[in-house]
Amino acid sequence: MQLQQPSHRLPSENVMNEPLRYHQPDVRGHFGQHGGIYVAETLMPALDELRVEYEKAIADPDFMAEYRYELKHYVGRPSPVYHAKRWSEQLGGAQIYLKREDLNHTGAHKVNNTIGQALLARRMGKKRVIAETGAGQHGVASATVAARYGLECVVYMGAEDVARQSPNVYRMKLLGATVVPVSSGSKTLKDAMNEAMRDWVTNVDSTYYIIGTCAGPHPYPMLVRDFQCVIGEEAKVQMVDLVGRQPDAVIACVGGGSNAIGIFHPYVDVPGVRLIGVEAGGDGLDTGRHAAPLTAGAKPGVLHGNRTYLMQDEDGQIIETHSISAGLDYPGVGPEHSFLKDIGRAEYVAATDKEALQAFHDLCRFEGIIPALESSHALAYAARLAPTLPKDQVLLVNLSGRGDKDIPTIAKLDGIQL
Amino acid sequence: MSRIESTMQALAAQGRQALIPFITAGDPNPGVTVGLMHALVDGGADIIELGVPFSDPMADGPVIQRASERALAHRVSLRHVLAMTAEFRKTDSKTPVVLMGYANPVEAMGYETFAKAAVEAGVDGVLTVDLPPEEAEECAAILKTHGIDLIFLLAPTTPPSRLQAVQRLARGYVYYVSLKGVTGAAHLDVDSVAAKLLELRKYISLPIGVGFGIRDAETARRVAGVADAVVIGSRLVQEVEAGEDGLAERLNSFIKGVRSAMDTARA
Ligand SMILES: Cc1ncc(COP(=O)(O)O)c(C=O)c1O
Repeated sequence: MQLQQPSHRLPSENVMNEPLRYHQPDVRGHFGQHGGIYVAETLMPALDELRVEYEKAIADPDFMAEYRYELKHYVGRPSPVYHAKRWSEQLGGAQIYLKREDLNHTGAHKVNNTIGQALLARRMGKKRVIAETGAGQHGVASATVAARYGLECVVYMGAEDVARQSPNVYRMKLLGATVVPVSSGSKTLKDAMNEAMRDWVTNVDSTYYIIGTCAGPHPYPMLVRDFQCVIGEEAKVQMVDLVGRQPDAVIACVGGGSNAIGIFHPYVDVPGVRLIGVEAGGDGLDTGRHAAPLTAGAKPGVLHGNRTYLMQDEDGQIIETHSISAGLDYPGVGPEHSFLKDIGRAEYVAATDKEALQAFHDLCRFEGIIPALESSHALAYAARLAPTLPKDQVLLVNLSGRGDKDIPTIAKLDGIQL
Repeated sequence: MSRIESTMQALAAQGRQALIPFITAGDPNPGVTVGLMHALVDGGADIIELGVPFSDPMADGPVIQRASERALAHRVSLRHVLAMTAEFRKTDSKTPVVLMGYANPVEAMGYETFAKAAVEAGVDGVLTVDLPPEEAEECAAILKTHGIDLIFLLAPTTPPSRLQAVQRLARGYVYYVSLKGVTGAAHLDVDSVAAKLLELRKYISLPIGVGFGIRDAETARRVAGVADAVVIGSRLVQEVEAGEDGLAERLNSFIKGVRSAMDTARA
């Protein structure tokens, strides 16, 4: 028996709901050959419990009402869709619309997920939450909801990311979280996730692990997606209001892939809408210094509890990735993206550090919006695509976060000491 | 009968328990590993668990993480671990060797290719920490065809409902992880281990080894009083970390101490 499509059960205000044909994952969390549950035995019962509790929670009208209330009054949803007219004119082609997740409380899409998971943690009677973070946005969003619901919070962050995302480290501390720098391996997001897993396996009775992206063992890729689908559900209504139809393409950056799956998933069954995920091209795919497993044609592998396309060497060791943006600096990708690639429903491309920086500055100057470096990758691809298309085409870009946290990085590149 | 089975049966017939030391292959460098394996056998080891280095050892504490990093600094991977096993087999055809590690290096090689290479090298068992029974059907079937035992972990959190699946797929022995945590964590509580083993034995007919948190001869002796095998890992890896000087002798004498303590367990 297949599980019901949980995201379909998250009630939406979407008037255009069509019957959903796309139906993933299977009961054990497989998206085709990807996904699944690859963890040490100690965690297996905890994941089973999480799945059961999640299914119960989303079937409970009180839980869903509280989740929606929090999104509206605490996060400030719905986030607007904004027509970036001046920038579109400058690019001289398709019209670019931005889904403004940067305007959410805490400054990124991450909070949609942490609210859902923190409510779940509370419902399960867990008093302590842990999280991994790359750019620090998920760490901040976790620390925020932990403060909001009175939970103890520990955030694991690669030592390299602690250095390059210092404003967010301090923000987490202000919110009462403990930030633990992780110095093993490549000292980035994947190592933070390893350390969070080690904490969870040790404290599994008392602790809820808030995974920040649509990766990890089942049910995480499913539940993170479901909590992020609010992005696409809103956009489907907003696009009709704004332009009278759905966009020709939806574009989002892909680290683990949560902001992308959140905006893609409600569009999967809508014909004629291209779904384009933009990975971190780093110094360029040909240099090997990047974080673009899908675009570079990486082989499937097993890491962090799921099977997915994975940057690895011929011996199956995970390769160190490179991206200017800490939030995209990850060797894997959520299993549903690997599946969407396999079935050809979504396309995956890469934008380099340099292209992302250009888009970052352009959005600042033409639209008065400082985007996150992660989101700048999606913008960069939109900037590449728009000029090739007629002016009546519509591109919807998920502006997953704001760039305040990146200002020290940008200033440093410009040779400015803040 | 597999080499692991016959080893376990012979021990059981003598009323003794298996002593299973773990070291990471290639730690601190690829040259020493085979010598250390022989030193462990000479000290009284019955089965050797050989760690396959992995870039992301999620289930390991700092000690074995560092061992993995030292080995990876020499680019030691599954292929080399197989070669080391083959080298060991040249002079020891009796002691079972179990490869312990993570799923991805095996996935990358491919189950079939791996199984063939493992048989050829003289590997007897495989334990992949992040391959629970739910995902292990294909791997288990292929290893079984080649006569390699797939060894599973059981944990304090494992409910009875999962034990049947393990019983169905597991071969050789099962490995009970004595505590919730990573390798190298605090000491185990022998009484709670004993209670849990009674429950496990209702479902599991294979010998049960216990590991995680066994750091001295006395604890090993007490665990041997309730289990069929005693696994010691981080304590040995710490010895490796202390330096290469006299390493084989140190490991040998540590294992000798544990062995003699264990052999008085049920006396
Ligand atoms: C603003 C922003 N966008 C995107 C990402 C990438 O994550 P994901 O691919 O899960 O959306 C991050 C991660 O930190 C982020 O902070």
